[in-house]
Amino acid sequence: MTDTLLRAVTRRQFLVSAWPWRGFAYSATTALAAGLLWLVLAVPLTPLVSAAVLLHAGRTSGYLIVAACLGLIGVGLLALLGPQVALAVARAERWRLRLAGDTPPPPGPRGALYTDPATWRAVAYMVLLGVVGPLWLGALGIVGLLVVSTPVSVQHRISVADSLLGIGTRAGGGLLLIPALLYLTALCGGAHAALARMLLYPERSEELIEVARSRTRLVHAFDAERLRIERDLHDIAQQRLVALTMQIGMARLDLPPSSPAAAAMAVAHEQAKTLMAELRNLIRGISPRTLRELGLRAAVEELAAASCLEVRVDVASARLPAEVEAIAYAAISEALANAVKHAAASEVTVTVRRAAGRLVVEVRDEGGGGADPGRGSGLTGLADRAAAAGGRLLMSSPPGGPTVLLVELPCAS
Amino acid sequence: MRVVIAEDSVLLREGLTAMLPRFGIEVAAAVGDAPALLAAVHEHRPDLVVTDVRMPPNHTDEGLRAAVSLRAEDPRLPVVALSQYVQHSYAGELLASGSGRSIGYLLKDRIGDVAEFAGHLRRVADGATVIDPEVVRQLMQRRRDPLRQLTAREREVLSLIAQGHSNAATARILSLTEAGVAKHIGNLLTKLNLPLSDDTNRRVLAVLAYLRSRSD
Repeated sequence: MTDTLLRAVTRRQFLVSAWPWRGFAYSATTALAAGLLWLVLAVPLTPLVSAAVLLHAGRTSGYLIVAACLGLIGVGLLALLGPQVALAVARAERWRLRLAGDTPPPPGPRGALYTDPATWRAVAYMVLLGVVGPLWLGALGIVGLLVVSTPVSVQHRISVADSLLGIGTRAGGGLLLIPALLYLTALCGGAHAALARMLLYPERSEELIEVARSRTRLVHAFDAERLRIERDLHDIAQQRLVALTMQIGMARLDLPPSSPAAAAMAVAHEQAKTLMAELRNLIRGISPRTLRELGLRAAVEELAAASCLEVRVDVASARLPAEVEAIAYAAISEALANAVKHAAASEVTVTVRRAAGRLVVEVRDEGGGGADPGRGSGLTGLADRAAAAGGRLLMSSPPGGPTVLLVELPCAS
Repeated sequence: MRVVIAEDSVLLREGLTAMLPRFGIEVAAAVGDAPALLAAVHEHRPDLVVTDVRMPPNHTDEGLRAAVSLRAEDPRLPVVALSQYVQHSYAGELLASGSGRSIGYLLKDRIGDVAEFAGHLRRVADGATVIDPEVVRQLMQRRRDPLRQLTAREREVLSLIAQGHSNAATARILSLTEAGVAKHIGNLLTKLNLPLSDDTNRRVLAVLAYLRSRSD
């Protein structure tokens, strides 16, 4: 379940958590954002306001023509710029929403500008930010002023020799208003953020949820199939291969070392041993046993030990849901392989941490960068698996490095 | 010398049972799961136990668990664990059981070199610690930074002594004189701040402990 400002307000330990500060930061930046928005909106609004003023000033035909022109310019500007500004505002606000709690991954682009419902939801949010925002911010400002002015006001009452009761009431009221202000700020900010979340993140329709479910089933089916293949390879192929290699070893004992058969058997022996090592690597790629039995940390440490790079591993030892472990492991394994192949990196850092109901996997190398995530089918497949599990895979690899692979997966704590 | 073998693959179990007598190793019993292993060891009191790490019913680490519990009863019972994969956690658990002596951890790949494999079994039965070269290679990978100060030859020597080879065996494998090997060992132990010791076994354990410790 996502953690938000509005939910935090209802908790008993709200005042001693970081949430009041986050609420304060969100509200303060909302004021800033609303101010900036009005600065930008001033461009299309100025002709409209001027037109209104002209209409008010006089009703001669000259005035009317100029006012109509100004009005048309204003409306045109608003129609042209409005949606663009709204989308830009939406992007910035989605980023700022993180102050007020967890946010889902941002929606992808859809449809044309004027027909996409997302555009009009963004416009609606812009109105909310520009009109409703200042209202609650103003109310908060008044309460804030009452709190801030307490010492001055108390001093004033003392200097005019007010009654003890009057002074006490003002001082006590001021003090009591501090937690009230914190609650109010969080409540207003939280409500604003909740509305913003509703408008800026599209609801997933029933149909989409069903598709996601079927994707999840598919991924589960693949995982089960991998497991079965791994088990068959291990139980049958590997054991037979070990027995075969042993038989060849036995046969070599009885062959005179100088005979042609001995040379051929030696080659066969080597080939069988190579095949055994290759089969082991293959199986490890399909479904690593260490991961299933000992968990992500042990499995990643083994990956690190087997890698020819210097790999720093920072992974908590707690067990996670099998599906989450499998995707995280596959991503780390792929990223390490890519670092060896492309990045010319000497050192790689693997960090896995849990934050607010999500597992965040980061693989970072200080190599040359410039990796193209679209090219390797490995990464694309991983992104699909992560998406089917309700997460996402991000990659950054500017020329010159560093290359960072980030996987976020939902993972209830 | 008498051994008890535990291996769930029939093919491999029968192969081992047929092979070991050729090297003068008598197979007292060959069983297919962990409870049978415990019973067979109690019945036959062998000189050595050879066990697969994974066995029925769960195919995880039943063999290793059985080996660890046997070592808890008798810390000097020589045990060789065979594994299909390198699993450091399992190797570490086995090394931590008893005194760390008379322990072998080998990949199944080594069975193919039959004479060498029989030699490993004998050495473990005689009290040596034998660690698979692949395990040592991965451990040395993990401590690459401090190992950089060693010369290439010293690293080769370190790898061999970590696998449990004596000075004489190391000298033979690298075509060096025994005195030369002793000199390399002295140098590398000094560089890594490890205690100088002529006791091969104590040295193996010190080197393994060093390699297994976290690098940071």
